[in-house]
Amino acid sequence: MPDTIPVDSVGLVTPQVAQFDTPLVLACGQTLPTYQLVYETYGQLNADASNAILICHALSGDHHAAGYHSMEDRKPGWWDTAIGPGKPIDTNTFFVISLNNLGGCGGSTGPTTVNPETGKVWGAEFPMVTVEDWVETQARLADRFGIQTFAAVIGGSLGGMQVLEWSVRFPERLSAAAIIASAPKLSTQNIAFNEVARQSIRRDPEFFDGNYQAQDTIPRNGLGLARMLGHITYLSDDSMGNKFGRQMRHDTYQYNYEVEFEVESYLRYQGEAFTKRFDANTYMLMTKALDYFDPAAREGGDLAKVLSKAQCEFLVVSFTTDWRFSPERSEEIVDALVRSGKHVSYTKIEAIEGHDAFLFPLPRYMAALRGFLGRVSKHLPKENA
Amino acid sequence: MRADLELISDWVAPNSRVLDLGCGNGALLEHLQEHKQVTGYGLEIDADNITQCIEKGIPVLEQDIDQGLTNFDEQGFDVVVMAHALQQFRRPDLLLDEMLRIGKEAIITFPNFGHWRNRVHLGIKGHMPVSEFLPYNWYDTPNIHFCTFKDFRDLCQSKGLKVQRWAAVDGQLHDHWWTRLMPNLFSETAIFKVSR
Repeated sequence: MPDTIPVDSVGLVTPQVAQFDTPLVLACGQTLPTYQLVYETYGQLNADASNAILICHALSGDHHAAGYHSMEDRKPGWWDTAIGPGKPIDTNTFFVISLNNLGGCGGSTGPTTVNPETGKVWGAEFPMVTVEDWVETQARLADRFGIQTFAAVIGGSLGGMQVLEWSVRFPERLSAAAIIASAPKLSTQNIAFNEVARQSIRRDPEFFDGNYQAQDTIPRNGLGLARMLGHITYLSDDSMGNKFGRQMRHDTYQYNYEVEFEVESYLRYQGEAFTKRFDANTYMLMTKALDYFDPAAREGGDLAKVLSKAQCEFLVVSFTTDWRFSPERSEEIVDALVRSGKHVSYTKIEAIEGHDAFLFPLPRYMAALRGFLGRVSKHLPKENA
Repeated sequence: MRADLELISDWVAPNSRVLDLGCGNGALLEHLQEHKQVTGYGLEIDADNITQCIEKGIPVLEQDIDQGLTNFDEQGFDVVVMAHALQQFRRPDLLLDEMLRIGKEAIITFPNFGHWRNRVHLGIKGHMPVSEFLPYNWYDTPNIHFCTFKDFRDLCQSKGLKVQRWAAVDGQLHDHWWTRLMPNLFSETAIFKVSR
């Protein structure tokens, strides 16, 4: 809870809702006749709508990327470290849009919202959504603002996949792309982890085949377990070791299954806290969107061929201890970009935080992002310079 | 702009696709982009240099050359440049092979260890040479494979490489009749352009 709003914060923000009545044909074959997207914006859109940056969120993110909703908020938005006046994504220069993706649980149409056709909560009936579907809806949101071309599209992890998709789906609609701690597709191991997470949710007796809301319950244990598992993959062995080591709750072993080691307590807390803010069906949808993403498959596995359509400049960032999307995965993207002759810079940031590093204000990482966007801002009309 | 970079850029054809190994702060690529309309990338591992390249809009890839260049396609570049760094790698001979696998031509600059002043240092004073240009002590130098102008020429010969051009220059990077006449003795920096 801030006593006063920090000077480099975007301050108090209010989420907005955009209603769309043009039917959306999804990759899975189903059609959404209407849908809503919840979003926030920071900074001012310039006269020719050329200074807009789109932020794409990761698995458990939402539209609230920066600032505070009220003075009672315990924490600011999830990427407040990077977005704000004078920060690398500088809201003095850029107009930043951050939305909750379709199928999310932050207010955009998804499993927890009401299906207008039935008058009931979507629940398990909500169709599968893909990265491609998200990018399509993000472009429609851009149209609402009259944004023909984004100055930059930026995202980490699953967000980075959306950026990658943007660069080839709407090549003329972005000038720069920052793909952070991401991958061109999931590895077998990534998919395997996702499957365990989904199974832990589906096997919870409170899941009711996804229609738990109608039963006025939630699969708390399953979702918590999925988050515990996910959380381990976001951290590095070293960062967990530094934080907890073998610290124990009691001076001696208790020889039972209650919390003995602090790391157990931490994971249980993380799992429990997650069930209070996130929806199980959305979690399952997001993991499926991750699994399905594989743009290279469109060209027989040739990522360079897919990326040859791109016209923007790229920044690719990885983190040394990230094992969920390791530096090698980012380098697959970089190699494909080099092969197709694209303008790309790549930096591998020394970091102990594992995959989560992309949310930390690490100096080298922030300098790279700032430098990259500084170049982008030079192409804006003078009023922004 | 370092004078050896100026020289190199004279040797690069307009619109070439260039890979600069150990690109530093991107000075050469910046110069080449501006004057020769080249495209390409720099490889670098120094954090500050990488940040500077990004700020300047020079495409830079964080990659340790000692870990190999296998991620680059055969003959994917017109020119592969290595300025003043060849002597810092574990196997300069294998690196040279790699440069000519990736590129049609390679431009290499290196400090000529055969320069008379180095010979005086070692031969008369009995110490490893330390100079303004090579300011390191033997124990902390990144330069682990020094060679002379002649050594490098011999390596090219033994590999059957064509020396397309060479220059032998003084500390100020000027060439003179004496550096041309006796490059191994009088040049401080040697510059070679080689191909298969």
